[in-house]
Amino acid sequence: MIKESALNLEDSRSRSKVNAGDYFFQTITAGETFRIVDLEGNQAADTLFYNARDPSERYSASDTIREQAALYLTTGSMLKTNLNRDLIKIVADTCGRHDTVGGACSTESNTVRYDLEKRCMHACRDSWMLAIAEHEEYGLAKEDIGHNINFFMNVPVTPDGQLQFADGVSAPGKYVELIAIMDTIVLISNCPQLNNPCNAYNPTPIEVVVWAAA
Amino acid sequence: MSTQNLFPEDYKTILAPGSHWSLTVRKGMQIKLTDLEGGGNVGMLFFNPTFLSEKYNAPDTLKSQHTFKLTKGHCLYSDMGRVFASIIEDTFGWHETVCGNSHSEHIQSRWGEKHYQSQRNDWLQNGFDAFLVELTKYRLKKQDLAANLNFFSEVSSDPDGKLQLSRQSKKNDSITLRFEMDTLVVMHTCPHPLSTEADYPQKPVQIYLEKAKPVAPDDICFNLCDENRRGFHNNALYHLGMNSSYD
Repeated sequence: MIKESALNLEDSRSRSKVNAGDYFFQTITAGETFRIVDLEGNQAADTLFYNARDPSERYSASDTIREQAALYLTTGSMLKTNLNRDLIKIVADTCGRHDTVGGACSTESNTVRYDLEKRCMHACRDSWMLAIAEHEEYGLAKEDIGHNINFFMNVPVTPDGQLQFADGVSAPGKYVELIAIMDTIVLISNCPQLNNPCNAYNPTPIEVVVWAAA
Repeated sequence: MSTQNLFPEDYKTILAPGSHWSLTVRKGMQIKLTDLEGGGNVGMLFFNPTFLSEKYNAPDTLKSQHTFKLTKGHCLYSDMGRVFASIIEDTFGWHETVCGNSHSEHIQSRWGEKHYQSQRNDWLQNGFDAFLVELTKYRLKKQDLAANLNFFSEVSSDPDGKLQLSRQSKKNDSITLRFEMDTLVVMHTCPHPLSTEADYPQKPVQIYLEKAKPVAPDDICFNLCDENRRGFHNNALYHLGMNSSYD
């Protein structure tokens, strides 16, 4: 559901531009709101969330999908943890639909999806590996890298069970805004994929904006 | 007891309702799952027993084959671009892999509290705890629990993404998985998490393990799409040198 935010950028506590191929890795405290902006359109922000007090509790796509009995994420979607607890809620969305079925690109899945010799191209899961290696203070390891959200990606499922990678429903300046229910580690890979027509083979920057709790 | 029984060629068993089990299945073996009564569900996860960090990956499986449902011809991928298993036979037609498990609170709210103390083996086990018990035997933790397979459960989507458990298997429906690499298989027979049955579904599932036929040039899984051919090539690379010797 399309819903605009009432928040003003001037009131934010931080603004971070994240280039394609880079990661964003920060803790958001309970009650804070953050917005991911698709600056140039049709970008994918591959996102993972963790309970900052115990990162073994993390965003779970299957718990989220099961609880809302729906595939797509938008305004009103409550993102659940692997313990089926409330983690983060989507409170505004000018895009209308986000994917949590398609997962993140990796060098290994690129060999299957595109070409055996494309294993050395940059990929989201490599960004996450670098992020957790460079930031041991979060206490995350490979087993914590799970099944993510692709903000701004449109991956429709047909009634007969096909999975399509449709043109993005996003456009320059569209955003999704979320409020943290618990203290949350946010780990975003701004997708570097060069093999997928979804982004016109042109990955572009995103911005992450954070507002302190009201 | 004859020592011949120590080297069986196959093995058949029944996984009781609401139960869990795990075993290592070797490359070249197959598992046939049969829903003995109809309305069953088998939750399943795969791990590489050599590198337990390599596990079944539902998103890679679905997007590589541009499918939401899983049936005959599909391969079940690891997060490392390899094929754990191929679906070589399927009488049901649509198995799902996004809805995960039930937690104890789901079971209690739907079917009431039934503890082991009073119910013995008829207690109402939930899928999440069932997996946790098996995972812990291999020093795996809840973080290692990925989105699992739910065999014998069709979950379909309307154009807005609303999901429903739209169909379940009939008596004697079966699916056969051929293993393309050594695989730690973790499974349970707890109800599908979207089940709205009036009573907790008590559904036994037969498991038949036997040697698979070699992958033929016209194999339906290998030939389903270019992605699967490349997946099999990744497995071949993983097994490179396994049968070679210096002589």
